[in-house]
Amino acid sequence: MNPFCYRRAESVEAAAAFLGEAEEASLLAGGQTLLPTMKQGLAAPDMLVDLAGISALKKIRIEPDAIIVGAMCTHAQVAGAEAVRRHVPGLAALAGEIGDAQVRNRGTLGGSIANNDPAADYPAACVGLGATVLTDRREIGADAFFLGLFETALEEGEIITGVRFPLQRRSAYLKFRNPASRFAIVGVFVAGVPGSVRVAITGAGRDGVFRWSAAEEALNERFHPEALERLVLPLDDMLYDIHASGEYRAHLAKVLAGDAVAEISGGA
Amino acid sequence: MTCVTMRINGEAVTEDIEDRTLLVDFLRVRRRLTGTHVGCDTSQCGACVVHVDGEAIKSCAMLAVQCEGREVTTIEGLAEGENLHAMQKAFHECHALQCGFCTPGMILSALDMVRRHGAALDEATIRHELEGNICRCTGYENIVKAIRQGAQEISA
Repeated sequence: MNPFCYRRAESVEAAAAFLGEAEEASLLAGGQTLLPTMKQGLAAPDMLVDLAGISALKKIRIEPDAIIVGAMCTHAQVAGAEAVRRHVPGLAALAGEIGDAQVRNRGTLGGSIANNDPAADYPAACVGLGATVLTDRREIGADAFFLGLFETALEEGEIITGVRFPLQRRSAYLKFRNPASRFAIVGVFVAGVPGSVRVAITGAGRDGVFRWSAAEEALNERFHPEALERLVLPLDDMLYDIHASGEYRAHLAKVLAGDAVAEISGGA
Repeated sequence: MTCVTMRINGEAVTEDIEDRTLLVDFLRVRRRLTGTHVGCDTSQCGACVVHVDGEAIKSCAMLAVQCEGREVTTIEGLAEGENLHAMQKAFHECHALQCGFCTPGMILSALDMVRRHGAALDEATIRHELEGNICRCTGYENIVKAIRQGAQEISA
């Protein structure tokens, strides 16, 4: 790993100040992507600003119509939180399927969405629930936050403080994962009641997470797996790699979306 | 360099550590705690699993300087003198190892499972939870058996 200097921030303001001190500073959240990337020499920041000391970012807070998950909440924390399991079961299920147990003890919500890996799970929950990303400067709707492969709407030095997820008992996430990396080959998040259904797909799109609007329209008409049968995702937009073809991913997305709909219907 | 104070296996340790030092390298090279192994060095294999504040983590994906004020437990910190920890004993009795390279990580991951699931830890859960630990000798059968036995003894 290239040398860098390490700074431990005690507050979001202090972290922002540290970021201004170096040429190429990076925020360090759980480090489960950043540190392996640095070990491979694919990233070489000259400063790491550790957010782990900021306790305000580690809290899960319930509001009347939303749940706010702090940016530094670990996947294990979100998966195990009773409030999340009860009010947004799809979100808890998703967090419990990220990586492996040890990665879930370190990896964080903020780190995941700031990285926006096209096969990451959390972007699907944010988009699928119509969540709002909270930063030290503003609030950004999930639809406007994820811009493309590893690209987000975050500005230079902007710090994610948390995500506000609307409460949604009718939510499910189903994932067909790569057994080695445990990243999604396809992951589908379905949420909402007929009239306001959202379907977000990760792992399958060339530009990362996206909403499957045709499926949303069909499910708004009739919330049943059969409503998806005739739909075909545009193959030009699908990711194609050694793990799966675009056609395979498109088909899988439809199957998983149907399963998610069945899960929500069964549990409602 | 950053001056870091942490507890390792119950002992307070203060050292100047180069910022880029991985926790696993600090434990092995500086502290000579070589029971924590480096297998893949890419967060896949779990040979480097230790506990930080009681939670299993991969020490190849954490910096030593991130451990300021934290409690680190390695395989060396489990036994009390000559008396093996119940989970170590279960691995011994069930012959849950062949070459032994993955064993320290397996045992520390097993204890994290017991922390979260207690005596209710069943075979399917153990197999699912073991996805972050790779063993290339045993075929996992006896590891699963040992973790069940250890969990029952610890929770009894």
